[in-house]
Order: sequence, then structure tokens, then C-alpha cells
Amino acid sequence: IYTSKLNFDSVSEKIPTFRVIELKGKVIAKKYDNTDTATLNKIYEKMVQLEEMDMILLQAQRQGRISFYMTALGEQACTVAVAAALNDIDLIYPQYREHGCLIWRGFTIDEFAHQCASNSRDPAKGRQMPVHYTSSKLNFVCVSSPLTTQVPQASGAGYTFKLQELDRIAVAFFGEGASSEGDFHSGMNFAATLGCQTLFLCRNNKYAISTPSDEQFKGDGVASKSQGYGMLTIRCDGNDAIAVYQAVKNAREYIVKNKKPAFIEFMTYRQGDHSTSDHSILYREEEELKSWAQNNPITRLGLYLKKKKYREIDEESDKELRKKYRQETIKALKSAIEEKKPGIHELFNDVYDRQTDNLEEQTKQLREHLDKYQGKYNLKNFEQL
Amino acid sequence: VCQIGRYFFFFQAEDGIRDFCLSRGLGDVYKRQEQGIAAFGIGIASVGATAIAEIQFADYIYPAFDQLVNEAAKYRYRSGNQFSVGGLTVRAPYGAVGHGGHYHSQSPEAFFSHAPGLKVVIPRDCIQAKGLLLASIRDKNPVIFLEPKALYRNAEDEVPTEDYELALHKAEVVQEGKDITLIGYGTQIRVLKEAAKEAEQDGIKCEIIDLQTIYPYDIETLVESVKKTGRCIVSHEAPVTMGVGAEISAALQEKCFLYLEAPITRVCGYDTPFPLAHELVYLPDKWKVYDAIQKLSLIHI
Repeated sequence: IYTSKLNFDSVSEKIPTFRVIELKGKVIAKKYDNTDTATLNKIYEKMVQLEEMDMILLQAQRQGRISFYMTALGEQACTVAVAAALNDIDLIYPQYREHGCLIWRGFTIDEFAHQCASNSRDPAKGRQMPVHYTSSKLNFVCVSSPLTTQVPQASGAGYTFKLQELDRIAVAFFGEGASSEGDFHSGMNFAATLGCQTLFLCRNNKYAISTPSDEQFKGDGVASKSQGYGMLTIRCDGNDAIAVYQAVKNAREYIVKNKKPAFIEFMTYRQGDHSTSDHSILYREEEELKSWAQNNPITRLGLYLKKKKYREIDEESDKELRKKYRQETIKALKSAIEEKKPGIHELFNDVYDRQTDNLEEQTKQLREHLDKYQGKYNLKNFEQL
Repeated sequence: VCQIGRYFFFFQAEDGIRDFCLSRGLGDVYKRQEQGIAAFGIGIASVGATAIAEIQFADYIYPAFDQLVNEAAKYRYRSGNQFSVGGLTVRAPYGAVGHGGHYHSQSPEAFFSHAPGLKVVIPRDCIQAKGLLLASIRDKNPVIFLEPKALYRNAEDEVPTEDYELALHKAEVVQEGKDITLIGYGTQIRVLKEAAKEAEQDGIKCEIIDLQTIYPYDIETLVESVKKTGRCIVSHEAPVTMGVGAEISAALQEKCFLYLEAPITRVCGYDTPFPLAHELVYLPDKWKVYDAIQKLSLIHI
């Protein structure tokens, strides 16, 4: 197609945002109002659990009881409702704010607490900072701090599932800031050109630490980039749990049927700080926070359930539910902090599948050093062999 | 299995690989993006499959550095062994080729030998290439396999057609001798052999050891040899400062100090980018190695 017009327009129309329920829970997309009520109630409950757990563990960091924490406040739907729509066997490659998926899949409060407390009950042996969760049983690849590295890995996994002819997809989560990294380009382009069974999920929560999204890119968000790769693209209201659920369910079907990837950009808002090392009031306005507080995923789904009389929870039991989760979290955290730290020998394990000579030698060196200088190190909190 | 990369155009080293893969329903993926190649391979390996990722020249491996060092190397450790990428092998042609200049001659083994969780393997010739590559692919840890590109069109041997592996983490004594130990790997073994031949004429018997696995390496074989000879040269094309030779010299002098008759000496590339016109004098060639053998042999405590 040729043209004789010399127009320097960039794309003029913004990609619209898919939504099923409004802020007060009213349905505007009847066609997609068919999610079963048991699932919706469970999504509601798990979002509440996520919020309560986050509030307690955030306080625990402020009190110096755990070293670090990251909340998912305001973004509960983009993880809980996603996990609800996936199959449990779909392999999730997280960024670091997707513990809602773990809650849905059954990661216990104790398991969260052990990892945050870096104790001997943490299967990852306290090797990483808090919130760097993993569970092979729940199909959740290990969180790692470097941004976006998981995206092309999810492409490789999705490609493998295709070759193995599995009804299984790989799911890559990342924020809108992470989409600026080179690995985003790698992952998206490989997936699109090779036909990987991979679902790309962008949580556009308007902030990459302190960088607001209008400084992150000048184009139409991240969804426009996805279109550039020739990939099936949807923009979705990330605070509308039903829209999230429906979008992911449909995208998953598309991926497995067509053996091609798909991309969803969730429009949401990071209610909390980036992490406990951040102080977001320094770079955002009180008004902005207040206005987005009107658009809360838990409230919206709650109002919908109430309107439809699907809700198994009334105001009273909602209070009780929240209290239950708070107390569970407090109890789990207390007990996790009292556990011993992983044994010293765990420092040297799992570097390789088998111990190498240099590591055996270093293990011995450290043991001898600690024996000799016993009094200088406080080791009573470490599990003894 | 998935072979990722595009290669044959330059070296025709694997004319049959594409057909091999396709005929067996294996994946064969061509991409021109190193960070993507490594990450894609990591993804494949993370779900238990085998990925052989090829970087066209080791000089271009750096975009993959983050994925290899921050992800592949730490996959098992950070997850408490719940996830790992043992099925990943990254192959890349490395080293001087006569006219490669800055970006077709590099030896990056030292960078990756400093990332716990990775392994680095370098074969010296055809028979070792097959045995070590099979061992690397089957090893349950991510391996960087650097292939001496100078030998692609230049090496011939009777390679057994059956399946065989050579052990990783084992150095090989390629030639025995009582007077001085020469340690190297890859293409440099040929250089050491030639230097040893010159030294033989002066009555000096050199012992030559091929490291084979650069990291983690077989210090025991090196120690046994140096305790016997009391003199040692470590030699590689990569720049001398902070190279593999520096590590080996440090480790050997720690373990063999009282057995040494002379300082451990490194004969390596200079601390410059790999030059084009000056390649002839940049390389740690047989005369430089021979000269070091001479000097060390003259020292008597």
C-alpha cells in the first residue's frame, strides 16, 4: 500500500480498555458477566487475604522484624484473578509483586513468613531477600531482583510447551517500567516470531519506583508496543477482577488453540510505596492517591457481589474475615521469626547439583575459622548440623 | 533439545544440525539477539528440556552476561534447588584466528569463571571437543563451552563415532616431563607443545597440562605436577592481568610455595584490546613461552 501523502502522524487512537464492571459494581459488559459465583467469591476472599497479609508484613518491616517488604496494595485483581483464570499447571514467571498468584494457588501464610524471616523452614534456605518467593509445586518460578529477565525465559518455556504439545502455557509478569528493558524486546519478539505458548501480562501501575508512566514512554502505553510485535493485544482494567478473569481466560484459550502468544496490559495503580526502601509521598500528590482510592479492586468486586446477591460475605463477616487473616499473619510471622536460621553449611549447597572441590575446601575453611573464633560470631540462631 | 542460534553460515561446522533437529522433531531456532538467545535457552532449560544456545562469536556474548550471571548461574541456588537450568549449554567460538581483530578474537573465559553457578569448558582439539561437549550438555549445570575457532578449519583427527564423554573438572597431562610444568587450554596447548619441543633441544623436559574445565578447575592435577617440577608457566591468549592465569598462579603458590624453585610466570596476551595488524606480536607465541622456560630454568634457589 503506497501513499502520496507525507504525514508524520504517530498512531492517533489509543487502545481502549476492556472493562466488565464499573467502580460501583454495575455491569457494563453483559456478554462477559458469566463467571461462576464460587470463583468470584474465592477471588474476593483471596484479594482480602492478600491485602491483610500485606498490611501486617509491611508493619513488620517498619518494626524491624523483617528486613524488607513489597506490597501489592491496589493491584490485587491483577494477580489473584489472573491465577484464578489460569490452569494451576501454567508456569508463572513473576517480577516481584505477584504474591497474589501464590495465595490463590495455596502458598500458606507460614510459607510466606518463613521466606520473609529467612529461616531454616524456607525451602530456598534464606538465600534471598524477602518477597523473592518460589514454589515449583505451585508452578511459580523464583523471583529475582533484576528487572524483566523473566520475560524471554517465559518465551523459551512457552516454546518448549508447544514442542511438547502440552496444554500448558508460560506466563510472564512485569511492570510498565520493566517494559523499557532490552529483555522485554527479546522476549516479545522471540515469542511472536516463533509462536510461543506464552502469555505476557503487564501491570501498568503508573509508577516505576518514582518514574511516572508518562515519563516511561511517549507512545500509547505498553499495549501499543505489543501490537508492534504483531502479537494479540488486549488492554484491560486491572482493577476490575471480572474483566481480568475474562481477559486471561480468553487469552489462554487463544494461545493454546493457535500456538501463538498473547499480551494483556492491566491498567492499575500502585497504592503503596514501591518497597519499604521507598517513600512515595515524596514524588506523588495526595490527590492522586485519593482519587485512585475510589477505584479499588476489592471494593468493586464486593459491590458487584452485593448487587447480585452472590456475596457469601456480609459486612460483619467481612470484618471477621479480615481479622482472621490479620491474626493468622501475625501468628505465622511471630513463629517464623522465632525459627532458627538455615544451617551454615547451606551457604555452600545448591551452587551446583553436586558439591565441587573448591566449595568443599571453602566449607572446611569456614568451619575451622568459626570453631577457632567462636566467641566473635553470634551463631546461636543458626541451625546446628 | 533445542539448538538456538545461527552459525553454519560462517563455519559450516554443523551442516547437518538443522536437518538432524528437524527430522527428530527437535526445535531449531535462529535468532540474532544474544541476550534473547541466552534467556530463551534458560527458559527452555528451566522446564527441564535441553537447550544448546550458540553465540556466533564469543566477542558478542556480553549482551547475554546479565542472563548468564544473574539468572542461569543462580537459578538453582536462589530457589533452594526447586528450579535449575542444567539443560543449558552455551557454545561460542573464541580466540585468535589470524585476522579477527577486536571483535572476532576475544577470549572471555575469565569473566564467566567468576560467576559461581556457571561452568566454563574449553577443548583443545577434535576428540576433546566431542567428549567435553557431550559431558557439558549432559552436566546438570549451565555450561559455557568455548570452542577454539582457529581449529575449525585447521584440525583433523580420528574422532570415534560412538558416544563418549570426557570428565569435567579433570585436567589432562598431555605430555609428561620432570623439569617444568606448562599449563594452558584450547588453542594454546599447541603453542605449549611447540615451545616444549624447542626447550627439549636444550635438554629441558616440559610437562604440559590442559586444564579442559576452566571453572571449577582441577587444582589437584596441577599441584601434583608443580610439586614434582618446582617450576610453572601458565599461558593463555586472554590479557594477562586478571586472567585465568592470575587465579592459577595464586592458587598454586598458596599450595606449592615450598616446592617452587622459581616464581610462577604467566605468558599471556597484553592488556590491550585484541589488535589486528599487531596480532603477530600480541599473541603469547612459542618464542615467548620458550623464553620463559629458559629464564625459569636458569633460576636455582
